[in-house]
Amino acid sequence: MSTMTLEDTERRKAWGFVAPALLWTIAFFVVPFLFMAAMSLWSRQSGQIVRAWNLDNYIAFFAKDSLFKGLVNSLEITLIVTVLSVLLAYPLAWIIAERVPKRFQRLALIMAVLPFWTSYVVRSYSWLLVLSKNGVINQTLMTLGLVSEPLEIASNRTATVIGFVHFFVMLLTLTIYANLIQLSPNYRRAAADLGANALQTFWHVILPLTLPGIMTGAFLTFVLCIGDYVTPQILGGNNELVLPQIIMLQLGRRADFPMAAALSIILMLAVTAAYVLCARWLKIERA
Amino acid sequence: MIISVNGVSMRRFFASVAEISIAAVSIVSAPAPAFAAEELNALVWCDHTDPALVEPFEKANDVKVNLKDYEGTGAALSILEQSQPGDWDVLVIDGVDVQRAVGLDLLAEIPADKLPTADIFPEVRMEANNMKDGKTYAVTEKFGYNTISYDKTKVDPADMKDLSIIWSDKYKGRIALYDYYLPMIGLVALGLGKKTAELSDADMPAIAEKLSEMKTMSKQVSDVVSSQTALATGEVDILVGGGEWITAALSGEKPNLDWTVPDQGAVRWAQSIGVMKASKKQDLALKFVQYIVSPEGQARLATSSCYWAMPANMKAGEHLTDAQKAALRWNDQAEYLKKTQLYPIPSAELDQKMQDAWTDMMQQ
Repeated sequence: MSTMTLEDTERRKAWGFVAPALLWTIAFFVVPFLFMAAMSLWSRQSGQIVRAWNLDNYIAFFAKDSLFKGLVNSLEITLIVTVLSVLLAYPLAWIIAERVPKRFQRLALIMAVLPFWTSYVVRSYSWLLVLSKNGVINQTLMTLGLVSEPLEIASNRTATVIGFVHFFVMLLTLTIYANLIQLSPNYRRAAADLGANALQTFWHVILPLTLPGIMTGAFLTFVLCIGDYVTPQILGGNNELVLPQIIMLQLGRRADFPMAAALSIILMLAVTAAYVLCARWLKIERA
Repeated sequence: MIISVNGVSMRRFFASVAEISIAAVSIVSAPAPAFAAEELNALVWCDHTDPALVEPFEKANDVKVNLKDYEGTGAALSILEQSQPGDWDVLVIDGVDVQRAVGLDLLAEIPADKLPTADIFPEVRMEANNMKDGKTYAVTEKFGYNTISYDKTKVDPADMKDLSIIWSDKYKGRIALYDYYLPMIGLVALGLGKKTAELSDADMPAIAEKLSEMKTMSKQVSDVVSSQTALATGEVDILVGGGEWITAALSGEKPNLDWTVPDQGAVRWAQSIGVMKASKKQDLALKFVQYIVSPEGQARLATSSCYWAMPANMKAGEHLTDAQKAALRWNDQAEYLKKTQLYPIPSAELDQKMQDAWTDMMQQ
């Protein structure tokens, strides 16, 4: 008769706890992902999906400018949005954490994330009206005599970036704020004791310590932005296509699932690359 | 945002509305008798989800009709592929794609004497599409035009009579292009004097060149909701690819919006309805098809809450009000039908080339 050691028991318990999440991940991520990867190696010929392994879809992606440009557009827009969102969210989070009295901080956070409570789609269409030729911004500028012709800020990349930044500033504010309020005031006191001024304290102490919050938010922004279809579709005016829009084009009428799968794999590789670059800051435990 | 209750159409609409209303991606069940004896499952375009259309059939037949609307034939085919045979009883499909469904053995033959073929406008009977080897597999139920919609207070309506206006620089930056490559390529082909039914690989370089010119003159390429919003708010003055389905419902609120069929013609779209071959309720499904193409059903379908467009059955006019007929341009149909051509029906290879040309245009 075998005897079970304490270590065996603990191991079994651990597997028991992990198993549901593991099974869930296998069933709803690993298996579909493998299926999608396999499908990306099939092709669509004469209206039929041919289940013969080949790299035709990946070759077409690099051979056709319009497809490859989709990835370039996605990366450009995502990087612009991520940088702008960080630059706007950090001061906002800092003001809420450092300048707003404790009793009002929760209210300030709620105010900051209030736009989250409205539908993403409705918010995008609302921006379209705000930015349009006859929208609030252009009408105000014209009335004030600041411009003689309406600015072209709707149905283009500017509109897409504005729509994205509005959304992601809220997200980044939360992650950076969560990081800022965890910092002990002793860091600042120690820096002051060592002769650092406010700017030096921020640059050499506070900013490095809040990098995990920044990078976590930036990574989430990158992932959500590069995979988003709705905002560029509504606000971009289809004057340039990002990769998710090109994926949708493959599906609409033609049902070219192999090409859509290949483009989705490429999109995932871009996200994976972003993760690898950010990985050192995305640890759960604090160093 | 302008979201028309009545005049918005076509597949791009489905995507936009589905995003606005999460519920739209799930099965839409029209109100039905509480204890309906039977159920019928129909895969449809959004205009069929109007309770005012379905309820009379449900009550008359003691049946609950479950409706799911979809975006694009590709999406419908993938839904069917993921379903069990017999799950779906009725299919509404783009008229140009009926043969695709017949080729996949999805549609059942409908006895010719069970349909009011003689009452259907001859130009939209579309035997080449709805029939194969002398057998009928679907019937046209509704049609309309991808043409030019415009704000008559901002442009010269006479200019809209010439399709070449879409690539001239007279209205540069004031034009929206409807984002669906098939009708748009059809319109460009008409502008070049080509017939949509005869398009081939050899035509693509000239079409691609004109698409590029058209893009240069346009402000945006957008789906139905965005296009309609742009036209209604004055963001653009012309919508290429629009038609009665864009402006009809806004005729009261925005009388400045109008549409026309240019001298070179326009592209005609049509939707067909058929019975699924694997349906276990063939008789009931056929009864539903018969109801939809009946004069009463046609009048309700033409003015359903998702979008308005012409009913295929000429006798539907008896059940439409004068105002409804005016919005649909009922009296102009003879001229429009003569001047318009059906969507291009490309082979898979040509379809790929058309989509590539459209994608290239948007990325330029």
